[in-house]
Amino acid sequence: MTDVANDVIAIIAKKVRVDHPKIEMSDRLQDLGLESLDAVEMIFDLEEKFDIQIPYNANNPRTEFDTVGDVVSAIEKLVASRPS
Amino acid sequence: MSELRRVVVTGLGAVSPLGHTARSTWAELKAGVSGIGPITLAADREALSQKVAAEVKDFDPLKHFEERRLSTLDRVSQFAMVAAREAIAQSGIVFDMPRSLRTATIVGTGTGGQTTVDESYRRVYLENKQRVFPLTIPKLMVNAPASQVSMDCGLRGPAFVVASACASATHAIGLAFQMVRGGVADYAVTGGSEACITFGVVRCWEAMRVMAPDTARPFSKDRKGLILGEGAAMLVLETLESAQARGATILAEIVGFGMSADAGDITAPDQGGMARAIEGALADAKLAPQDIQYINAHGTGTAANDETETQALHQVFGGHARKLAVSSTKSMIGHALGAAGALEMVATVMAVREGVAPPTVNFLGPDPACDLDYVPNEARKMPIEAALSNSFAFGGLNAVLAVRKFA
Repeated sequence: MTDVANDVIAIIAKKVRVDHPKIEMSDRLQDLGLESLDAVEMIFDLEEKFDIQIPYNANNPRTEFDTVGDVVSAIEKLVASRPS
Repeated sequence: MSELRRVVVTGLGAVSPLGHTARSTWAELKAGVSGIGPITLAADREALSQKVAAEVKDFDPLKHFEERRLSTLDRVSQFAMVAAREAIAQSGIVFDMPRSLRTATIVGTGTGGQTTVDESYRRVYLENKQRVFPLTIPKLMVNAPASQVSMDCGLRGPAFVVASACASATHAIGLAFQMVRGGVADYAVTGGSEACITFGVVRCWEAMRVMAPDTARPFSKDRKGLILGEGAAMLVLETLESAQARGATILAEIVGFGMSADAGDITAPDQGGMARAIEGALADAKLAPQDIQYINAHGTGTAANDETETQALHQVFGGHARKLAVSSTKSMIGHALGAAGALEMVATVMAVREGVAPPTVNFLGPDPACDLDYVPNEARKMPIEAALSNSFAFGGLNAVLAVRKFA
């Protein structure tokens, strides 16, 4: 697991109050109990942690953020394209 | 308990993204004109992701106030005063003694003097200035709009600001209605004001991730959220007896007020809480669900509000829900937070008076989760005997007013 993945899962774990080691890449955020306000806070934490901008509108939930793995790969892409 | 008195509306005033009077605002609402456009008021607007809002355009304070008074008047108070003056002028009431003592000033606002807050904080934090302007506190204090209206118009009865976020004005008008009905006051100047298009406020709303990037499309498919608005609206309320004795033009009668709290989530809307406020207003008005023809919805344009409000209307109105005309004027004037309920009462009073339901514009087509008649895109002439104006706030605070045609 990459450092980015590890950090992303830690942030998700904090929001859903599930222990970090128990979270799998295939877990669906909804099934982990992530509610809409948690999602907005998770996005904020991810942006702050990695200094990135994530386009996200709570009215139009991004289906590509269905699972933990989806979030990890989206953040890895945004981090890779971050201006250095 | 003394007998309840009938309460009527004899004056309306407004400052809105569609005009600086109630008359011009209503004409544009009927015509389906959108007041949503580029943000021009916020400092550093280039740094904002959100590019559009429903701003009051070309508002020149010097047209309304002497320059020396402006050091105590935030934009939010200016709007409230201009709207109050218009409403009082239309009513024809002169608030001299002892009438002044029996007149309440109840004003809703969500955020208070944000322009002053923003400017002051920029001065001290960004520009490293050592001092702010001496009258910063009376200018920004959240009660200022009520105080300034009371001072400007010489109203000496009960006066205060009501804050319940997006329901502030509806709570304010409801309280004023109860005061006049119950005999605490004989007249009321009441409504709401908001002037929240500042860098700080818009940035905080961006963080909520609930704003649409383009425009407000309440109840429509592909709606993307709310659009911030600003402005003020004020109503003059008095007893039916007083209005008739004066030979005043009665615009409509306020007949009921319902309130509830969700006691649930801080932001998520709640069907049960909404329904209880609507039922409360109907019961207070002694109206049956079938007596209502028009509803000015809260209709913010967010996915959650519009679907939940639709469900609440189904719950309360049953089979009659599909016969209702339900529209959101926020599609044209945005969401003016603490002023929203007052601007929407202007629309509701005029809808009842003229028999015209204003439209929900920017409507692209039905969303399966929103299956009522939202008066899409064009106003509709129709008989309206009674109507409701809904306001449902963040924090789970709900308020609904019932209005009846006066004939």
